[in-house]
Amino acid sequence: MNRPGDLAHHTLSVLVENKAGVLARVADLFARRGYNIVSLAVAPTDDQAFSRITIVVDVESAPLEQIVKQLFKLINIVEIQELSAFDAVERELMIATIEASTDTRTQIVELVNIFEGKILAVSPEAITVSLDGAPSKIDDFEALLRDYGIRDLQRTGRIALPKMDRDVPVLRAVSNS
Amino acid sequence: MTGSTDTDKPLRLNGGQALIKALEMEGVEVVFGYPGGAILPVYDPILDAGLRHVLVRHEQGAGHMAEGYAHATGKPGVCMVTSGPAATNIVTPLADAMLDSVPMVCITGQVALGSIGTDAFQECDTTGITRSVTKHNFLVTRAEDIPRIIREAFHIATTGRPGPVLVDIPKNIVDANNPDAYFDWEWPEELDLPGYHPNVTPSIESIEAAAELIMAAERPVLYVGGGVLKSRGAQALLELVELTDIPVVTTLMARGAFPDSHELCLGMPGMHGNYTAVTAIQRSDLLIAMGSRFDDRVTGKVGAFAPDAKIVHFDIDPAEHGKVRTPDVSVVGDCRISMELLNEELRTAGLPGSNPDRSAWRQQVSGWQEKYPLTYEQSKDGELLKPQYVIERLRDLSPKDTIVASGVGQHQMFASQYWEFNHPYTWLNSGGLGTMGFSIPAAIGAKAGLPDRTVWAIDGDGCFQMTAQELVTASVEKIPVKIALLNNSYLGMVRQWQSLFYEERLSEVHLGYDVPDYVMWAESMGCVAFRVEDVDEVDEVIAKANAINDRPVVVEFRCHATENVYPMVPAGGSNDDLIVDPSQADLLEADRAADRERAEAIEAGAQA
Repeated sequence: MNRPGDLAHHTLSVLVENKAGVLARVADLFARRGYNIVSLAVAPTDDQAFSRITIVVDVESAPLEQIVKQLFKLINIVEIQELSAFDAVERELMIATIEASTDTRTQIVELVNIFEGKILAVSPEAITVSLDGAPSKIDDFEALLRDYGIRDLQRTGRIALPKMDRDVPVLRAVSNS
Repeated sequence: MTGSTDTDKPLRLNGGQALIKALEMEGVEVVFGYPGGAILPVYDPILDAGLRHVLVRHEQGAGHMAEGYAHATGKPGVCMVTSGPAATNIVTPLADAMLDSVPMVCITGQVALGSIGTDAFQECDTTGITRSVTKHNFLVTRAEDIPRIIREAFHIATTGRPGPVLVDIPKNIVDANNPDAYFDWEWPEELDLPGYHPNVTPSIESIEAAAELIMAAERPVLYVGGGVLKSRGAQALLELVELTDIPVVTTLMARGAFPDSHELCLGMPGMHGNYTAVTAIQRSDLLIAMGSRFDDRVTGKVGAFAPDAKIVHFDIDPAEHGKVRTPDVSVVGDCRISMELLNEELRTAGLPGSNPDRSAWRQQVSGWQEKYPLTYEQSKDGELLKPQYVIERLRDLSPKDTIVASGVGQHQMFASQYWEFNHPYTWLNSGGLGTMGFSIPAAIGAKAGLPDRTVWAIDGDGCFQMTAQELVTASVEKIPVKIALLNNSYLGMVRQWQSLFYEERLSEVHLGYDVPDYVMWAESMGCVAFRVEDVDEVDEVIAKANAINDRPVVVEFRCHATENVYPMVPAGGSNDDLIVDPSQADLLEADRAADRERAEAIEAGAQA
């Protein structure tokens, strides 16, 4: 199974107008042009007029350049940045409920401590934990938890911002700026 | 008395009045529309407005009329219909305008804001349904937003790569009885479109790089598309050709962008393009794509398209660059502005004086033109008419600046092939979506915009039956268009494919000559109608039709049922495997054999 850390995946940070229906326009574009979304996260920025959508795309399905150009044709999209793992600070949050008997609970708590996660809830048979961090760290944590039995698991999809003091290619699809 | 006068007082309008006023502010002269429940409040202020409303007979007609108006006049077409089924009926014209980049603003009524999402009467998710067939769409939620959104809609529709924009307006915000629908009118000075910046002016570097390739090319071809017309660039194109002496092909969307009568015009490329246009592209070493998009009907099998050519691609839409074929030089900008800059660059470089010697290429091209002209066999005595002949006579007997609208199918290809297009904006057709039934409403829209011009719709019998009801509109609204109905009693293009690729197993393509009776039908809709079956009558009836200026005219030409459109590139095939008219097939086979021999001899020489 592909994970957001795979090489064929690219992270696009898309600044959009915070208006009704913008997310639907983006999702619809991906659907009708046959592009795959690996993960997607969206929330307003510090300026309530704009939201930031962080999309991880599967570039094996279409050249990245064509995706960016088609996206940029949407009127409500203001700016698109491609963020490679080297140029970006990336974070993701996971919460998971794990089977945890009295025998295994301490092992899970130990894992949570190693990964600097949090314990959110405990019951006699299960334990709910959370972890935030770089997507690859969450991949590792998830893999280790799997042996204990995962009841429910939810990841947010990654969010990302450019690292400071580095030039990030701004793919505005505007050649003359 | 001192202080404020009447003119200082804010103008208090409701949303419906504001909508009509905003249309007037945008310079709208004609609205093609159809009223209904949700849009009712807007139809009241129309009575007092300074614009013409054309009452259509089906909402699809309103959309295609707006398209025809836009194609012919260059101004955005405007249509207005109600919610629900009216909105879904106009989806086809929106998709058509989207694929052919037609500037159009479509206003739809919507159920009241409070009812949205409740499956109310005549409710549908119009902005959701039309999202992928519009350049942009809006759902207005406050009356006071109407002026700004209408301005933005026209701006988006007409700038950059043009396209359709839809504005969905809930009933309550245009309702004169709703106190909340009133506001102080203000026409916005500024637009609020932070994400919309069309790339109008190309970079100088890209123009220089394009000029360099053009000046070095030995076998260049200008592959001109609809973008030249959309940018009003026909004059700049003529200058470019006269500077560079490069032969031109005009795609289905660009017929008329360059005069067919010019010695460097090779005609239309593509699936039913003529031999010279198709073959010149295949043999070129430089293809200058000017506002064209490498459509599959032009390229055939993409991997075999213009295999030796470098590509210079001019297009205002960045997403067209590299979508199908990766260009060597990419010029992102408005075609007219780009060509003006390019012409300047070429003049500075010493053109036309310093053009390379391309006489061998010119000779080769004119050799093809002489050998493989468009051709057909005239009908024998007692046979029905040949559609090509009818179009030739219409062409020769109608005014030179006649506007021609066509439907989709064989008659469309014959019209594009056999009409001589010498003026821009004289050819209206549905190129991208291939919408049958386009021609009658499109012709009406064009005639509404340019009432002094002769407008002929060239239609097939299949297409005619899809939108003929708009001839009632034409009669009642006194928009005297002329329809040449090429009745071959078949869905001709489908029959052609079944004949060629399905072993002549004709499936569901026969429509019949006699039902309906087209003359009676046309007369019942208020048209003058004629039926022509004999070659000898063709000229006389066309002359009669051209002399009628107070009513629509329908001329039914009874045409040969088994005529095929040639040349033809089978779908997905290589342009090198073009099938020519049967009368030229032996000649082409001999030419191809000679080419193969020559290639083998060169290869043998290289090995020795």
